Amino acid sequence: MDMNEIKEIFFQECEEQLAELESGLLKLNDGDRDPETVNAVFRAVHSIKGGAGAFGLEELVAFAHVFETTLDCVRSNKLEPNQDVLKVMLKSADVLADLVTCSRDGGSVEESRTRGLVKELEALANGEALPAAEAPKAAKPVAAAAPAKPTDDSGFQPIPFTFDGFGEEEKVVEQFTYEVTFKPTRELYSKGNEAALLLRDLSRFGEMGIACDMDQLPALENMDPEASYFGWKISITTPKSEEEVRAVFEFAEWDCELEVKPAEASEGEELPMIPVPFDLSSLDDEPAPQPETAATEEASANVVKAVNAAVEKKESAAAAAAAAAAATQNNAAAAASSAGQTIRVDLDRVDRLINLVGELVINQAMLSQSVIENDNNGVSSINMGLEELQQLTREIQDSVMAIRAQPVKPVFQRMSRIVREVADMVGKQIRLVTEGENTEVDKTVIDKIAEPLTHMIRNAVDHGIESPEKREAAGKDPEGTIKLSAKHRSGRILIELQDDGGGINRERVKQKAIDNDLISPDANLSDEEIDNLIFAPGFSTADKISDISGRGVGMDVVKRSIQALGGRISISSRPGLGSTFTMSLPLTLAVLDGMVVTVAGQTLVVPLTAIVETLQPEASAIHSFGANQRLISIRNSFCPLVDVGRILNFRANQANPVDGVALLVESEGGGQRALMVDAIQGQRQVVIKSLEANYTHVPGIAAATILGDGRVALILDVDAVVGASRGQSLKPEMSLAAAG
Amino acid sequence: MKKKVLTVDDSRTIRNMLLVTLNNAGFETIQAEDGVEGLEVLEGCEPDVIVTDINMPRLDGFGFIEGVRRNEKYRAIPILVLTTESDAEKKNRARQAGATGWIVKPFDPAKLIDAIERVTA
Repeated sequence: MDMNEIKEIFFQECEEQLAELESGLLKLNDGDRDPETVNAVFRAVHSIKGGAGAFGLEELVAFAHVFETTLDCVRSNKLEPNQDVLKVMLKSADVLADLVTCSRDGGSVEESRTRGLVKELEALANGEALPAAEAPKAAKPVAAAAPAKPTDDSGFQPIPFTFDGFGEEEKVVEQFTYEVTFKPTRELYSKGNEAALLLRDLSRFGEMGIACDMDQLPALENMDPEASYFGWKISITTPKSEEEVRAVFEFAEWDCELEVKPAEASEGEELPMIPVPFDLSSLDDEPAPQPETAATEEASANVVKAVNAAVEKKESAAAAAAAAAAATQNNAAAAASSAGQTIRVDLDRVDRLINLVGELVINQAMLSQSVIENDNNGVSSINMGLEELQQLTREIQDSVMAIRAQPVKPVFQRMSRIVREVADMVGKQIRLVTEGENTEVDKTVIDKIAEPLTHMIRNAVDHGIESPEKREAAGKDPEGTIKLSAKHRSGRILIELQDDGGGINRERVKQKAIDNDLISPDANLSDEEIDNLIFAPGFSTADKISDISGRGVGMDVVKRSIQALGGRISISSRPGLGSTFTMSLPLTLAVLDGMVVTVAGQTLVVPLTAIVETLQPEASAIHSFGANQRLISIRNSFCPLVDVGRILNFRANQANPVDGVALLVESEGGGQRALMVDAIQGQRQVVIKSLEANYTHVPGIAAATILGDGRVALILDVDAVVGASRGQSLKPEMSLAAAG
Repeated sequence: MKKKVLTVDDSRTIRNMLLVTLNNAGFETIQAEDGVEGLEVLEGCEPDVIVTDINMPRLDGFGFIEGVRRNEKYRAIPILVLTTESDAEKKNRARQAGATGWIVKPFDPAKLIDAIERVTA
């Protein structure tokens, strides 16, 4: 993927966010006061800001930031979104859309338009959160950030920028003559600069006369081969400005004496000089020239010797080069062959293949089923062949999946940069430690975790790790550590983000949740429950609004995007010691190994990865606990029993555990549960078919699949069911008895 | 013979941008992901010029440049530093470490090639 492709995706997202923003604002204009609408509007602007930051679209970032600040006032009920306010907001949405378009296609938004709106937005926000310095930044014309210039034949888009000291090439016919005195120090050479190359550069500016000052050249026996003895006096006639002439020596300016002045003014003392014809063609043609030699050869035989000595190190380097040539060739060969081993394939083609293999798996299962039904003795050659087909199908599927598997390394690498940059911005010292970067996971999963991970990393740097002073006061290393690790665990990828910061301030979190009406003031919450409040929409504990981790929009967005991937996220925190976020994601979004079970006459699929073991409970192992709770004792430890049929409302009363099978499952929230089902039908690999497009999210159900006999079976969302058993009931409107 | 450029940058995007730019300009490009890999790759690749980032994991650009300059065999190789902004302080540190010149990111292909041509024969 190249920059343009990534950027293209960013702009596509911008379009979606802008549509969301506009429709949300229009809803508000119609009197809609649903907090979710405000949230959606806010998030749209926030996302655009985040993406624009990554591409350095500063004008876009600055304007989005002001807009976002004002929207935040609406979100926190500090600003009533009346008609006047919405008028400004709708106008701002238009400007934002224009800024996005300009960033993509070039052009600029009228400065007066942007500036006026920035003022209006700031006035609305009462100057509450916005540093004044943002205003002029936002008001800058967009042209500078607009990257879209005609592409060259490689498809490369040049980004306009200023190269220090270089000016625009002016079409001035006027010629100036400059006297340039240039005397390098030895450091110039030690840094890999070359006086002759700089002079060559200068000569491209126009007619040039050059003289070498060799006054300081000592006798041969006193000569230091690496010292700099020569200086040059140059007279050049060029249309360029003095600045441009100086810019030639930009890389060398610290390591030389340089004087550039217009010719008229230079009537001072003349150094005795030997005029040297400066033959530049030799520089251009020879692959490894000895520039000082070229410049001085004709002047003096002594000098030639001296220079030869001076460039001795170069020759020895050249000799070394020859010695290493064999190794180089080997390297090149290796590189060439490894390059030949990879091909770039359009993702669509791979996806099509994956879909087809998915269909193949279903088809093979159906075929097996009908053969089993029609083949009583089960030993016919058809049956044997089918088993082989099954194995082959499985292998094809694994291989196809492997095509999409990618290490998480690139995403992790991006994070280290984010840590550095954000830490710099907030003045903290933070080290990022990564582990398991080579853990592979499906490309779609990788693409989708980058964004939530970025949010989390920024949060960890901004809120998690304390300032160096605070850390020192707490007796910790002033340098904070963030650990990012990835590993495979039972068919899923587990990504852990651990910081050694202050941990969750539960008092503050709870108070904030009460202030924001997320919980009632007398709610009695466990530590774990308080920690998880940070995932609630509209929640933020930052005392001051920062440009970095936003305003708490992060964590609920993070949770949603992880859930959308079929993943879970949880936090565990120890006050004073830090927090750990744990994300568990499926390795692929296409297939699943499942246990097919019967519950109250319905066929369900339980993801195999969640199941630790299965057992048939004995009456003596079942213990009642409270009114409805039952526990099962397994090897001397007690585990809550969860009747899946009851939780999903398949039946009104709990079934007798002794009649069924218990599936011991482990959920991401921690802890084991015994899920009661009526019977196990078998184990099967199933192709996941999402229900969300047609039924939206169904609590307790992750997706659906088609079984070998053509029936549709629902895939159980184990974590949601376990959560429901803990009292966080599934939403009441969910009644699967009707749906099933 | 094609001129050989060693690019050292932890960003895949920048590495690819450099690769496309340099290949189009007729250079041979060798890539490394950070300073440590850069020093490893350097042995036996004999580049004509090195283009390196500053902020990198494991070994940053300053450390990498110092490493190259400490090496008898490679200490005369021109090294261009990629800096995010025209940060004078960073430039100065890179220079002290032994950098030959610098390129401001995001770079313009033509300017990149100009800078490389300026420091190579």
